[in-house]
Amino acid sequence: MDTNVFDMGEIDVAWCPGCGDYGILNVLKKALAELDIAPEKLVMVSGIGQAAKIPQYLKTNFFNGLHGRALPPATAIKAANPSMTVIAESGDGDMYGEGGNHFIHTIRRNPGITNIVHNNMVYGLTKGQASPTSQLGFKTPVQVAGVMLEPFNPLAVAIALDAGFVARAFIGDAEKTKEILKKAITHKGYALVDIFQPCVTFNKINTWQWFKEHTYYLEDSYDPRDRSAAFKRALEIDKLPLGIFYINPNKSSFEDNVGIYQQDSRPLFERGPDVNRLRMLIGKFRTAG
Amino acid sequence: MAREKHAKAEDVSIVLCGQAGMGIQTVEGILTGMLKLAGYNVFATKEYMSRVRGGNNSTEIRVGSKQVSAYVDRIDILVPLNKGAISHLRDRISADTVVIGEAELFADEISEGKLKFVETPFTKIANDLGNKIYSNVVATGTLAGLIGMKLDDICEYVKRSFSTKAADIIANNVKAAEAGFRLAKDVAHRADIKINISIDAGVKDQIIPSGGETIALGAMAGGCNFVSSYPMTPSTSVLSFMAKHGHDSGIIVEQAEDEIAAINMAIGAWYSGARAMVTTSGGGFALMVEGVSLAGMLESPIVIHLGQRPAPATGLPTRTEQADIELALYAGHGEFPRILFAPGTLEQAFYLTAHAFNLADKFQMPVFVLSDQYLVDSYYNTAAFDVSKVKVEKYVVKTAADYKRYEITPNGISPRGIPGFGKGLVCVDSDEHDVEGHITEDLKLRTRMVDKRLRKLESAKAEIVEPQLYPNCKYKNLVICWGSTYPVIKEAIELLGKSDTSLLHYSQIYPLHPQTADYLSKAKRVVIVEGNATAQFAKLIKLHAGFDIEYKILKYSGLQFSVEEVTAALKKILK
Repeated sequence: MDTNVFDMGEIDVAWCPGCGDYGILNVLKKALAELDIAPEKLVMVSGIGQAAKIPQYLKTNFFNGLHGRALPPATAIKAANPSMTVIAESGDGDMYGEGGNHFIHTIRRNPGITNIVHNNMVYGLTKGQASPTSQLGFKTPVQVAGVMLEPFNPLAVAIALDAGFVARAFIGDAEKTKEILKKAITHKGYALVDIFQPCVTFNKINTWQWFKEHTYYLEDSYDPRDRSAAFKRALEIDKLPLGIFYINPNKSSFEDNVGIYQQDSRPLFERGPDVNRLRMLIGKFRTAG
Repeated sequence: MAREKHAKAEDVSIVLCGQAGMGIQTVEGILTGMLKLAGYNVFATKEYMSRVRGGNNSTEIRVGSKQVSAYVDRIDILVPLNKGAISHLRDRISADTVVIGEAELFADEISEGKLKFVETPFTKIANDLGNKIYSNVVATGTLAGLIGMKLDDICEYVKRSFSTKAADIIANNVKAAEAGFRLAKDVAHRADIKINISIDAGVKDQIIPSGGETIALGAMAGGCNFVSSYPMTPSTSVLSFMAKHGHDSGIIVEQAEDEIAAINMAIGAWYSGARAMVTTSGGGFALMVEGVSLAGMLESPIVIHLGQRPAPATGLPTRTEQADIELALYAGHGEFPRILFAPGTLEQAFYLTAHAFNLADKFQMPVFVLSDQYLVDSYYNTAAFDVSKVKVEKYVVKTAADYKRYEITPNGISPRGIPGFGKGLVCVDSDEHDVEGHITEDLKLRTRMVDKRLRKLESAKAEIVEPQLYPNCKYKNLVICWGSTYPVIKEAIELLGKSDTSLLHYSQIYPLHPQTADYLSKAKRVVIVEGNATAQFAKLIKLHAGFDIEYKILKYSGLQFSVEEVTAALKKILK
């Protein structure tokens, strides 16, 4: 499929020139086109922030909801119609800060969605405050003495929760990022892809150059099925590994677990109430419940 | 019974009181079950403390020759099961209350000498059968006997209730019920209890669900197939009932990590073609408020069951109140329409909850079902809900390639497509958006979008559920109420016996019925009865119908109004 099926044509994009978000948008389009996922069969779900504007710039169905709340509707969208491809995509503040509780419990729930997080270690739309992934000592107009909170480690948290697919990419390498995204999108169950993406306006520390110097790829011999090893690698901070940290292919998805599709594969919108069963249920109240 | 000393009572109020976990629910469940099956009109309501064990909880069971569906203060027969029960119910015990039970449990209170007490050795009989656990069934047998049930019917029902247990347990329970039944005659004689409640042939075929179960059944009838919620008393029974039967009925039921996730899931589910509901109470709903606003902006349908309980904050978790009209009415930043239902009877709870799904789908807005602990936890016999009277109306359209989610239309309603059904794309945005659903800062378009969303309220006004006027359409005095107080106030009006006084009950409280001002201005005196401290519905009427209600009967102790209480308060005002 041609990537241009996802093109919006002439539109006004709200990202700064040089922002890593452009790269992620292009790579995502390519990954989707190569996987032959038609725009009508895809739903992009996002929250609020600069990264969360990505569905606006890609021609498909989208649900641009509330700040921090992309994962709950994404879970439900997939559960109500499992034939759709669902991607929940937002920034580090949206997914790990405001939506932190949903991040944890969505991993536990394991819906068949891809969770893409633009990680630039800073807040963009609100102009430069610390994000959950900002590094210690990072100074901002609010964290005037530098960040004192321990940075959030999304990969370690996801692996601790036994997420089915956990990966990190750097948009400075478009080709490898695309390959990781394709694997994440085809993974059955929840998949996390944290993508390093420099903020050229508000983060003068974690720049394109900084990410190049502070990242490296997990070696070819690395086995992503080894959870303990994955956890160990996720804790490395001097140089940050990239690639697929962890895969657990043996988990059943939320849509499978809800147990209503085994007998009847129709999505919810094609169904009506089970009237006979309801009559029976009402009839049972002829004797006290 | 109290007021009819010489006649035989046709309406009896039995109260069981004991600690949580002592078996009140066993007696209540078996007694109401056997009475209903035998054809007696029966009603039960409970008040309980927010704890798993201990404390003092009580259940009122009313049995009557005619339909009974309201809480009375009066206790005709009290069965105290623990120390403290008598003092817990002190205010409701009168000189006519017959207390049956075991003296040793509350010797101090009996020695005060004011109780009409009949010793019944429930525990001794149970111990003779081998286990004191049977005492609850002994008591059940006595109460059923007092009401006039036949021994065979009692034994049959007890057998059935314990049918999953071992044979000797079943046999002992039957013996316990028989022993209890044999006590009844003696108790009646010693306490001069005269009961003559007739069986109502129609009752057998009726059903006896609780308010919570009824709301869940209504949701199922309305085509609900997705429930996401977080447990919170008193709304949890709806969630549990849906969970218990969801799997077999094709309904996804998920306990979310919090109420924020719950409502955002439900909105996502609607977007994807489901018919979704959340069930919650005040504090949980407070967390959903941003989601309500999201539904307003996305123009998403959503059905919200809000089981009210006393607040602010944690309040009285297991008690009742009607103080969340304003919360529901104003929840969510910005301006967008909504609909508020407040059923007063089980019948209304079923049909209005089902209807809520059709309206939510049609008008693409939040529809609330406001209940409260009293409605959710009470039950009585009512005509079986007729599923054929409920039509599931679906308003989802198959999209064309050029589909625009927010097409501006005269009635404000844009045809609602869902992703994956048709060739179009469905784009929804919490930002102000253009007709396609993309972010816009075109401020002229913004104004048109606000107007479009608000026009839907005008459309919804054409379908407002009429308030019910009882008994006469000619009146000098008009009593207004809404929600769960309906049966209580209806009975109070009957007791009052003033032919110039009628009751107007609102089961839809917003948008307000357009004839409200007409109804109210026809009366010389208007009284409102509300389970809150600030007369919230009276304020809503003032705002939307321009009518000042002079007389207010308000209660906010955490307990439902009783029939006697409302009767006395009305007498005072209408003298």
